[in-house]
Parts: sequence; C-alpha cells; structure tokens
Amino acid sequence: MSSASSSQMGQLVADKHVRYILMAEKKESLESVVMDHLRMNGAYWGLTTLDLLDKLGTVSEDEVVSWIMTCQHESGGFAGNTGHDPHILYTLSAVQILALFDKINILDVGKVSSYVAGLQNEDGSFSGDMWGEIDTRFSYIAICCLSILKCLDKINVEKAVEYIVSCKNLDGGFGCTPGAESHAGQIFCCVGALAITGSLHHVDKDLLGWWLCERQTKTGGLNGRPEKLPDVCYSWWVLSSLIMIDRVHWIDKAKLAKFILDCQDLDNGGISDRPEDAVDIFHTYFGVAGLSLLEYPGVKAIDPAYALPVDVINRIAFTK
Amino acid sequence: MHGRPRKASKPEDEAASAAKAVKLRSLQSQFMTYHHEKIYTKEAIELSTKLLEINPEAYTAWNYRKLAVEDSLSRIGPDPNLVKPILDEELRVVENALKQNFKSYGAWHHRKWVLSKGHSSTGNELKLLDKFQKLDSRNFHAWNYRRFVVELTNRSEQDELQYTDDMINNNFSNYSAWHNRSVLLSSLLANRADGFMPEKRIPDEFEIVHQAIFTDPDDQSGWFYHLWLLDQTVNVESPLLTSSWPSHGSSVILSGAGCLNGPPSNVTTFCSETGSFPLILYFDQAVGGVSPLTVTIDSELKGNENLVWEPISNKSSQVSCVWVARLKYFSSQPCGSKDHKVKVRLGNSPGIVSSRGYNFSAPYEFVFTVHVQDTAEDSHSQESIVSWTDGFELWDAQSKDLNSLFTLDQLNNGIDLKWRQAAIDSEIECFRLLADSKIGKLTLARLLMASEAMTLDAAVKGVYYEEILQLYNDLMALDSSHHQYYKNEHSVAFLHKVTSSSESLSRHLFRYRDMNNLVCLRLNKLSLSRIASVEKLLFVQMLDLSHNELHSTEGLEAMQLLSCLNLSHNRIRSFSALDSLRHVKQLKVLDVSHNHIGKHSVDTTRYLCSSPLSNSDWSQDGVRGQNPGLVTKYWDAYFVLRDLNLKQLDIAGNEIADDEFSSFVLQVVPKLVWLNGQKPGN
Repeated sequence: MSSASSSQMGQLVADKHVRYILMAEKKESLESVVMDHLRMNGAYWGLTTLDLLDKLGTVSEDEVVSWIMTCQHESGGFAGNTGHDPHILYTLSAVQILALFDKINILDVGKVSSYVAGLQNEDGSFSGDMWGEIDTRFSYIAICCLSILKCLDKINVEKAVEYIVSCKNLDGGFGCTPGAESHAGQIFCCVGALAITGSLHHVDKDLLGWWLCERQTKTGGLNGRPEKLPDVCYSWWVLSSLIMIDRVHWIDKAKLAKFILDCQDLDNGGISDRPEDAVDIFHTYFGVAGLSLLEYPGVKAIDPAYALPVDVINRIAFTK
Repeated sequence: MHGRPRKASKPEDEAASAAKAVKLRSLQSQFMTYHHEKIYTKEAIELSTKLLEINPEAYTAWNYRKLAVEDSLSRIGPDPNLVKPILDEELRVVENALKQNFKSYGAWHHRKWVLSKGHSSTGNELKLLDKFQKLDSRNFHAWNYRRFVVELTNRSEQDELQYTDDMINNNFSNYSAWHNRSVLLSSLLANRADGFMPEKRIPDEFEIVHQAIFTDPDDQSGWFYHLWLLDQTVNVESPLLTSSWPSHGSSVILSGAGCLNGPPSNVTTFCSETGSFPLILYFDQAVGGVSPLTVTIDSELKGNENLVWEPISNKSSQVSCVWVARLKYFSSQPCGSKDHKVKVRLGNSPGIVSSRGYNFSAPYEFVFTVHVQDTAEDSHSQESIVSWTDGFELWDAQSKDLNSLFTLDQLNNGIDLKWRQAAIDSEIECFRLLADSKIGKLTLARLLMASEAMTLDAAVKGVYYEEILQLYNDLMALDSSHHQYYKNEHSVAFLHKVTSSSESLSRHLFRYRDMNNLVCLRLNKLSLSRIASVEKLLFVQMLDLSHNELHSTEGLEAMQLLSCLNLSHNRIRSFSALDSLRHVKQLKVLDVSHNHIGKHSVDTTRYLCSSPLSNSDWSQDGVRGQNPGLVTKYWDAYFVLRDLNLKQLDIAGNEIADDEFSSFVLQVVPKLVWLNGQKPGN
C-alpha cells in the first residue's frame, strides 16, 4: 500500500512528482489521447507545478513555447492543442505559461487581447468562443488574461463586474450563470475576478466564508458543495477563495495538508482526488498549489487570484 | 479523472488500452482533416458522431457539428419537416454523449444551441431532465439546463417552486433543490406575488426546513436555507441609520491643532489641523446616493456650501455603510457666538439607495451642539511621544456623559417588528431542543444574537449574552476544525456585550493625562480575534487593542476620529492587513510592534488592499521612481504607509523590521517624528 505510516503529517515527495510530470508529458496512453484537446491546460498544470517546486528549468522552454505558438489561430485565440479550435480556456493557459517563462513579449499582445475582449457580451458576461456558451469561468479567464497582458481597459470592467455580481447567490456563493447553484470552482472564478478588479467589496465575506469553511469534511479534505465527497482539487478552489477574502483561518489547515499528502502516490509520484485513487496531472497541480497556500515548506508561494507563482505576478504587476 | 481506484495496470489491460489509443488517434486525425477541409458529408458527420460517443469532451467536434448543421440547413431551406430531423439527430447524439458523461459542458451547450433554433419540443426536454434528476439530483448542468428550458417555456415561478417541493419531499438532502427554492421564493416575495407575503410565508418556510435540519443535524442541505430565512426575518429591506457622530443630543468642543496641550477638557473635544470635523453617518447596510441633495445640514458654521460626502470604501465603490463629510469650523469670518446647533436631516428627498435597490425612506433628523474654541496656537503639537503604559486613569464617567456617546438605533417606526420577533422567539424555542448538536448550538447562538439586536426594551437588553458566549465556547470544543470561526463570533458577541450599556463600556474607558485627559478605550488582553460594534464607538480617539489575536484592522475604517491606535502583540501578518487605516485620516500614532509581519509567505489580505495587484492604485511618486526594487519587495508597506500621516510608528519585534526596511519606512513617511521610540537621524 502506498500510504506511509511514518510521520503524522506525512511528507511531500516532490522529486517523485517532478518525475511523474516530466514522464506524463511524453506518454501516448489512452488517457493522454482522450485529453488531447486540453493539452494546453495540462501543460499549464504541469509547468506551474514544476515552477512551484523550483524545477521549471528541467523542461525545454523553446520546445514548449514553439508548440504553444502552433496552437494560435488567426483570430488571436489559442486552441487546446495543434489543430483544434480556439477557445478562451486555452488562451488563458497559453498566456499563463508564457508568463511563467517571462516570454509574454513574444506575443502580439494586441491580437490576443482583442480576441479575448471580443468575447464580452452586452450584459458584461463572456462567451467561451464564437459559439456563445456563457459562464462566469470565462469572466474570470478574460479578466485574469487581460490583467496579465495589462490590457484590462479593452473590456468594460464595470459591466463585467456587474454580471459576476448578478451570479451571486443567497448563500453568499456564486454559480456559472444567474440563478445557478454555488459551486467552489465558480466561486474561485468569481472571487478571483473580483479580486483582480479591486471589487471584493461585492462579496459578503462572512457569509461566503462560512459556506466555504463548511466544505471541510471529517477527513480534513474539502468538498465543492454541501453533501459531496472531498476532493484535492477543492483544496485549491476553496482555499484560494478563503485566502482572497481573508477567512482561511476558519478551516483546520493542518488537517487539510495531511489530507493532500495522503493523496500522493508515494511510489510513482502524482496526486489523486482522494487517497488511493488514480493520480493525474490535474490533481497533482491542485495538491501542490494547495500545499503552497498552506505554506508547506519547499513549495514556492502561489498567488491565489492568478494561480501563478507570486514572484511571477509581482514582477508583472509592479513594473510599468 | 475522478473516483478511479489506483491500481497497477496488468499487461493485458495495457495492451487493450494501447490499441484503443491507436484507434482513437486515427479517428481524431481523420476528423481533423474533415474539419479543416470543411467536409460535411454524411460519412464525415458520422465519424464525428463516433468520436463524440467515445470522447464527448472533444470540443472541436461539437463545433464541427454546428458547422455541419448550418451547412445542411443552408441547403435544405426553411421547411420545418426537413429541418426537424436534422436537429433531432443532434439531440440524439447529445443524449448518447450525456450517457457517457452527464457532466459534459460541450454536450449540454450543444443541446441548448439546438433548442435555441426553435424547432424542438420543450416537453421532451423536461422529461429528459426528470431522467437526469433520478440519476443525480445534484447535477448542476441539469439544473442549469432546466432553468434554460423554463425560460423558453415561460413556466411560472409558482410551478417551479412546486417542483422544488416535490424534490425536497422526495429527499430533503438535496441542496440543489433548496438553492433553487431560495431563488424562486426571493423573487416571489420581492414582487409581492399573490400569497407571498413575508410575514406569513417566512414562518411557513421555517417549518419546512426544520424537517431537513432536525431529521439529520449533520446534513448541511437545509443549513444555508435556514440562515437565509433568518436574514429575511431580521433584516429590513430598506436601509436604516444605525448611528452617527456627533450623535443626537451631544455636545462637541472643536479646536485647533494645539488644543491637546491646552487646559483640561472633557470627552467630546476634537482637535484638527485642517479646521474641519468629520460628520459620520453609519447605515445598517451599504448605500449610495448620500449627498447635499439627500442630506441637509442646518447650521451657522460658515464655509460648508459645497460639502462633499465620501463613502468610506475602496476607490471603485460608490456605496458604503459609512459616509463622511468634513464640516469646516474655522473660517475667515468669525461666527458670532461660539456655540452652534447643527441639525442633520435625511430621508426627506429620495436618493439614498441600498446596493440591493431599496430606498432610505423614513425621514430622520438629529441635532447636536458644537462649541468652537480658540486655538492655543502652538502648531508643533504632538511632538511628544505617546506612551501606552503610563499616564492612564480609569475614567469615572457619569452616565450622562456616556449617554451622549450612544445613539439609539434609528427607531424602527412603521416597520412591522411583531411577526419578526414572534418568528425569532419560536425558532429559539425549537432550537433549544437541538442544543446538543453543532448546528443546534450555532443556530441558537445566531438566533439569540438576532433577538438582542431587535430588542428595544432596555430592561431586557443584554440578557442573552452570557448564553451566547457559552454556546461559542461549546462549539470551539465540539467542532475544533472550525475553532477560529467560533472564536471570531465569540469576539463579536463579547464586543456587543461590552457596548450594550454605558455601565459595561465605562469599565474600559480611561483618561490619558499626557494628552489632556483624552479618553482612551482600552480593549487589550481580551483574546479578541475580531473587531465589532464599531458603530457604537465612533467617538473613540485613542484605542488600545494590544495583546489580542487580531490579524486585520477590518472594521476600523469607520473610526474617523481615531488618532492613536495600539495593535502591538497581535497577529498582524502584513501591512496590507492595515489597509482600512488608509481611511482614518486623523491617525498620527500607530503601534504594530510584536506582530507577525514578514513571517508568512502567504498574504491573506493581498487583494483587500488597494494596489496595482487589484488594478486599483497605480500612482507614482519619487520614492517609487528611485526605489522600484524596494517598492516591489515591500509593496504593501509602501501603499499603506504612504497614505497615512503618521508622526509616531512602532514596528519593532516583527521579522520584517531590519535596517533596510526601517530606512525604507523613513523614505515613505518623511514626516515621521518617532520610529520605535527614537527620533530618526539621531
């Protein structure tokens, strides 16, 4: 069995996770073919985790960057992989990866930002692509992406904020569209977007804080909504939301850290959604990012709103 | 990705898996060719069907199908008999995809796209949704799609409310149904729809949700709905004025900068270098529209024709609970007699509106007296250091002195309190029966707090506080994961108790001899983890919160008179946590020694502070131009300290406070007279 009986807290097997990520990139398994269309997200998850563990230097920056550029369309948007259609989801991941490598300057910033800005609708919401799916995830993505590119003024920020606020529920949380149920992932997106636009005064921090802190189950892990199972990915979405509204002291951080560590595959590396489940890049990233927010030693600090290392964001925010 | 057990794969599984991978790879590349060459033949479309059956998340394939449909529709013309089969085929493909993965965003959106074309039966959709409800009653994609269909069909909110009734009766543990119910009910109540009057409906809803909570107190499904009902019961929609400074019936002595070194005065002396005093309005909820048009001020004080009302909030917000106008009291024209009555009236003309859209409508006025005192000119005041330990005496306050500090809450005239109080009392009785469980204790504590807030009768006020504090102590032991949540609530209740009567407050009021017997509120060593009851403490000019467990100054922004603040020996982790002090323009003396600044890599107030990170402050100055590296390194200290006019600052005992940081502070706050008890440059 892979769960260690050693220390109470457990240990982060960082080297194993690094090896897992580097190997996963190369595999041609059924899983990676099925996820072919979201490789851009996968690259962002893997590379950000490497940077948090201070191992970004182990990948070939040139290879990654030139592959990213093959995913860009004439519209300016990026696809999930070469040959696929552009979408706002992958456009953000592309920009985030370039920010990690401090290579934003290779972009035609005007073109990318126009693609993103062009997806804003009359009511302030954002579509994911030309086919018009609307979701507050896309509001977050647009705001996060344009803020990194320093082009926030290309959208109507006031209307964007207004739309997000219209998705606020009576339990203090946020859903994907007005009237939709509160969900930790959507809450992260809405709170993150409000944080980046200096609009957190729209959040009832005590009400939402209580809803969020009650995501901690007896296992120490966090779920995404009431009466659901805990999952490591919520260690990011719930935790970062709590941090942005300054209510993270309302959960038991030590118990959560232990839950994340128990989700590691100590032999092969990688982190899973729950202890003893199959690992994947997605949960490996969220587990490490969660540990960063919990100030676990050996993990670089991550920015809770941009989901990129603090040194990357500070570099971008504080230089003209 | 979720919920799959971790197991080493057997060789035969690996082989089968690899074969599938090759097959899928070939399907995908064939699909890509069709897509890029815009080939929409039957064969090509069938290939995409196969692809989506295996992998409903392949979003490009859904895009392709839309293009294929549009291509077909453009060639067959508008005849519904030809259009419908094409769209029905799309619905069939979506249904198959959903069978594979009923959470596929791409599949659900494609279905919406098809329905939007207007040729499909919405009756079928509701049947399909019933099927999905049975599979997973919490599938939010299905609930969202339901809302979409309801809008298309114009189903009434009452019918949909009935649907949530059915879902809940079937299984109370359905948070999605409770959520939907809250959306529908709040709309019906707001519109005063037939049969939806709050005073009847809310008590009925309490009954309904009791079943969910009492059947299984550990199931959270009904908790948040109950909290919403409580909020509807306790909080009146229209905004009210909770307090003001100066308060109704009080007297204030106004003087120039030198007054604190002059002859002894009583509690209500305010000194200012700028010759103006803050008139503070504290509302029970965030409002906008406070201006000279909506708030009229009658006084003989000259120079206040173009009064500006500011909301105390961050720059991008035009709403706040706290509004301030600075009334001038010194001017070139002498004002005859030195005592002036000031009458403030609001609610006579419309314009003050809450962020939820409700008008401040109950007219209200308050009157206070100001006595303008000639200045003892010495404007080099406050060069002497302020000590927090020596020179204090308990202020033996007479209740008449203290009564003027307290405003009564704006009388709730015309607001129907009866059904609200009855509902709270009934809930209190119910939850006493659940007093062994976490949710029972927590709800009871909240109900008792609500009851205290509603009680106007001074004889009964305050009776519940001991019980409330005990309940939070119980909860800290019972539910240790949420210890800090209960600790915060305990601090809030404790401060409500302290400020609930002049007698309890007076135990914390001292006079500071070295500053002309200025009144100091001492709330040190009380294990406070949170600030509260600030609306009752607007008169405070000197505040000692040392030796507590505070990690932020959230709430203090309303204390516009505050000039001296002691936060030493608390849990402040960064300067960004002090952001609210940027609104306290009077602040001269700040002690944040012996805190945790610089100790932590995670800053929990990073986005609650105005700075370039939250796209809310980009202004440049000389310091930033010359020291960009240090400004980035100490960004929060830079932005917060730059906006304060401090004369005295203590930062010793924090990890951040080395020589580099101290000299940076002196650059950012050049007018600082005392740093860590020393005069800099000595």
